Amino acid sequence: MPGRGDRGGKKEKPRDAKKSLRRILSYLNEYRWPVIVLTLCAFISNFGNLLGPNFAGKAIHAAGAGAGKVDFDVVFFYGKCMLAAYLASGLLTFFINIGMMRVSRNVIRRMRKDVFDKLMTLPVGFFDRNQAGDIISRVSYDIDVVGTSLATDVVQIITSVVTVVGSFIMMCAISLPLVVCMLVTIPMAIYYTRYMGRRTRPLYSKRSAAYGHMNGFVEEMFTGQKTILAYAYEDGVCEDFSRINHEAADAYRDADTLGMTMGPTVGFINNLGLSLIGLVGALFYLWGIVDLGQISSFVLYSRKFSGPINEIANIINEIYSALAAAERVFRLLDEPEEIQDIYQAKVLQEVEGDVEAKNVSFGYVPGKTILHDLNLKANPGQTIAIVGPTGAGKTTIINLLMRFYDVDEGAIYVDGNEIRTVTRDSLRRTYAMVLQDTWVFRGTIYDNIAYGKEGASMEEVIAAAKAARIHGYVMRLPDGYRTVISEDGGNISKGQKQLLTIARAMLYNTHMLILDEATSNVDTSTERQVQQAMRQLMAGKTCFVIAHRLSTIQNADRILVVDHGDVVEQGTHEELMVQKGFYYKLYASQFE
Amino acid sequence: MKLIFRYMKPYAKAIAAVMGLKLAATMVELLLPYILEHIIDVTVPTGNLMQIFLWGILMILTAVATRQLNVTANRGAVENAHNVSYNIRQDLFIKTANLSGSQFDAFGLPSLISRMTSDSYNVQSCAQSLQTLCVRAPIMLIGGILITMTMDWVLSAVLCVMLPIMLVVILSVSRYGIPLYNKVQESLDDVVRVMRENITGIRVVKALSKADYEKRRFAASNDAMTRNDIKASTVMALPGPIMQLCLNTGLTLVVFIGAVRVNNGQMNPGVILAFLTYFNMVLQGVMAINRIFMMISKASASANRIALIMAAPQDQRILTEQEAKKPSGDGFIRFEHVNFSYGEAGTAQAEAFGGSSREQCLYDIDFTIKKGESLGIIGPTGCGKTTIINLLMRFYDVEDGGVFVDGRDVRSYEKDELHQKFGVVFQNDMVFNDTLRQNISFGRDIPEEGLKKATEDAMAAEYIAGLDGGLDYMADIKGANLSGGQKQRLLIARALAAKPEILILDDSSSALDYKTDASLRKAVFENYGGTTTILIAQRVSSVMNMTNILVMDNGRCIGYGNHEHLLRTCPEYRDIFNTQMGALA
Repeated sequence: MPGRGDRGGKKEKPRDAKKSLRRILSYLNEYRWPVIVLTLCAFISNFGNLLGPNFAGKAIHAAGAGAGKVDFDVVFFYGKCMLAAYLASGLLTFFINIGMMRVSRNVIRRMRKDVFDKLMTLPVGFFDRNQAGDIISRVSYDIDVVGTSLATDVVQIITSVVTVVGSFIMMCAISLPLVVCMLVTIPMAIYYTRYMGRRTRPLYSKRSAAYGHMNGFVEEMFTGQKTILAYAYEDGVCEDFSRINHEAADAYRDADTLGMTMGPTVGFINNLGLSLIGLVGALFYLWGIVDLGQISSFVLYSRKFSGPINEIANIINEIYSALAAAERVFRLLDEPEEIQDIYQAKVLQEVEGDVEAKNVSFGYVPGKTILHDLNLKANPGQTIAIVGPTGAGKTTIINLLMRFYDVDEGAIYVDGNEIRTVTRDSLRRTYAMVLQDTWVFRGTIYDNIAYGKEGASMEEVIAAAKAARIHGYVMRLPDGYRTVISEDGGNISKGQKQLLTIARAMLYNTHMLILDEATSNVDTSTERQVQQAMRQLMAGKTCFVIAHRLSTIQNADRILVVDHGDVVEQGTHEELMVQKGFYYKLYASQFE
Repeated sequence: MKLIFRYMKPYAKAIAAVMGLKLAATMVELLLPYILEHIIDVTVPTGNLMQIFLWGILMILTAVATRQLNVTANRGAVENAHNVSYNIRQDLFIKTANLSGSQFDAFGLPSLISRMTSDSYNVQSCAQSLQTLCVRAPIMLIGGILITMTMDWVLSAVLCVMLPIMLVVILSVSRYGIPLYNKVQESLDDVVRVMRENITGIRVVKALSKADYEKRRFAASNDAMTRNDIKASTVMALPGPIMQLCLNTGLTLVVFIGAVRVNNGQMNPGVILAFLTYFNMVLQGVMAINRIFMMISKASASANRIALIMAAPQDQRILTEQEAKKPSGDGFIRFEHVNFSYGEAGTAQAEAFGGSSREQCLYDIDFTIKKGESLGIIGPTGCGKTTIINLLMRFYDVEDGGVFVDGRDVRSYEKDELHQKFGVVFQNDMVFNDTLRQNISFGRDIPEEGLKKATEDAMAAEYIAGLDGGLDYMADIKGANLSGGQKQRLLIARALAAKPEILILDDSSSALDYKTDASLRKAVFENYGGTTTILIAQRVSSVMNMTNILVMDNGRCIGYGNHEHLLRTCPEYRDIFNTQMGALA
């Protein structure tokens, strides 16, 4: 997991290829019947491929009778057999290719789904620590590598095994002594591939990691493109990229340079075997152990035998790179999830909105406490304003209320239920919230507003939009509520996005409301309108508001003044002004 | 595809060397069976041990040579692919980093990212395999055909008839396949987009308990991608078996015709047998060529997507002195009757440059700021405040009117020359995953005192001192380990660090409390007297002390002047003032 300080390169954890392989196979398990059928087909098709030349040989033999003596009936019979064998094997090959391709695409679809589903269960902190680009690289690159390998390699291995085993049996049948020659080279080949595997596997892992790192960098820099341009830092960034690009390209080269020696070397070992067979065969012939015909056919089969072994070296290479890629995916899948809801957790329904925090302490990093001994009490329908200097811990309070993080000490209660005893989903559903970072997704404006309430009618959406004072803006767009906004927002400004999210919260009718600096980007005249709507929305709800504009919070039932993680003052605006304490100073500073 | 070849060109020699080596390797490899046959057919029957031994050694030497040649060729190919892909990615990155605002919008961020990543991988693997596959395949194919020709031209004619048929199959399938792969890449864009949306919006998704909904949404685009992928791959799986079938049918024909010819005494029966062997060689060649085409189809879809960005025209030409407009008056920064509209948002097509449906964003904006003066801009959301900055820094070009800095049309500046005048904090600006020091100096050569001064003036020194390592503290991705206010102060320090001629703060103190905000403004005005400042804000208190204030609504200027002047003349401004400062009045 990338954390601070390892920008330049990631530490490689010990890797377990066997485990990854098992997990990939467990994905295949779902398709075991298709895979078994396809495997059988591969056997048959291979057999057909071997039969074809056999028939051809017979046909040719019949044609070889010499001028005027050719038995055309026989030639045609075997010719037809030959054609049929090839046709059948061709069709089967097609069928197998398509079948394996489909299986592999479905497997990687499943993997992508699992990755996404996993992301949904991860704690919020995970996303604060990891580059979006790096996470996405697992879906766009790593899973793709796995898929490509599955689609081709499995079939290849099967056909190779058939050919290798078949020809080995034939060779044994022809001449056992000659097989002894192979016994020198086969262990060499096996030992060599295993040795190379150990060397290349870490390099492939490194390559996957380097690509992930590069993706993360690209994502970050493209997102900040405007800033980079503004500071004329393009060249610097391009230089940085050059370094990262180099790392990625070098990792690629290192892995493949080593990987690419494997094929020729295994080929060499095979050729060595062939030479040995030639030499030993010649000796055996001289000693009268074998005859010439046997040597010829032995050579023929040994060539059939070594062909797939060459291929296997390439395939193993691909499999290693696929395993390295799969490991990155699995590592994501193994990230610790949000702690499970406790057994028989209660489902919060229809809450009154009574919220209480008792002696809460919390820190994001163990040992660095941010909130100390927080106590707060909100009665149903009350508005609690949280104010304080930046970095005092206001957002942290919201993170705890929503249970994005769990408290270290103390407890938080909603309607008297300790929030760790109820399901997360039901707890979160009791709040509507508008966050500091507005978030819209690619979809129509209708979709974006109706996001919190599935199946909301157009009337409801329009009502919410009117309440958030964005209806007029929407109607000025060419397609009104059907206008599609893009993910990164095109010319929808931050303020408009914010109004959209306010409308979203308006529609999502709950008893509790959280506003995190929600109005800080809405201009003042709109804000006044929004505030009226908000007041209407807030009526009868328990509200937690973080805002810097004091006018927003003057009407709060209680103001919590937070500084350095402590609640230093509590009370209404009037009470706090009379105290002439921290709040008073904050308030007065606005007019300096 | 042209793109790949263009980038391979500088390495033409190295690539030629690789191909030469591969050629030699293939030739030598083909020698092996002949030697073996020679041993078995000729040498062994003679019983000459010495000769057998010599031939055997020759064979082993040939095997060694084959391995060396192949390894060298492969390594060369990897090295070349490494260089080519490095260069493509580097150029693509540089090009993307320099795209103008409207071009960037037109392609869309997610698509730009996936071109940079997944498309560039496709190109890379293609560049490598092309070099090695392209040698073997033709040798097998052409060599095989040539040998058969010398044997019996009638029979090899059968083979030659089959070739054009296969060629047509390959070509038409790959022609049909490229658009399909394009679609696959596009749906991958979709998958990535949904994923990104969820990563960035995870808090909202969780808060609204929408995980299941999002899972369905992802499943939909995931399924669509799988469908497209299966469709494209199914089409691409066709040529292989078809060609095998063609060849094998040809082979059967050869046997039939051969039989007739043998019967007529026109050829020896042994020739048919030999034919069979070489037929296999041709078959392998054809299959390899098919693989090449499949790969090219896939890679060229990606290459085209990359080429589209590379080909994006330099849409912001630097105007010459003659072309550039002349300001009609003095002033350090001048906007003269500026009209502007953005291109259509969210269309990821390059054709959208210039856009068809446009909404006008600025109408006849006209103002002047003298050196050292300050301008505050205030107005409702979406009224065009940020657009003014976009034009001033030339992220976009004006439609009408002119923007001038220091007496020159902004379009006549070299991009960096213009930008170096500015220190800017955008709305939602980026904190990068780097040390605070790097985040502030941002590639510029700023001395330690400069950094210190900037952090002090930005009111950031205090909190930075409290962090582990101070300026060397690592900011997380998007500054996730800093609070909103800490980020903003860091960004302001970045803007101040180079003592810019023009300082722009676009709503960059929204997360600051009043006290910090006020001291910040005080520090800026006291210490950066010579700096011309533009400040966009929502709070009247932030702008009321500016030399002039521009009040905007719906892309128009509805008030201009200092605070007192506006209070008297601009009802909207008065309104805002009363709402915000009402508590005091």
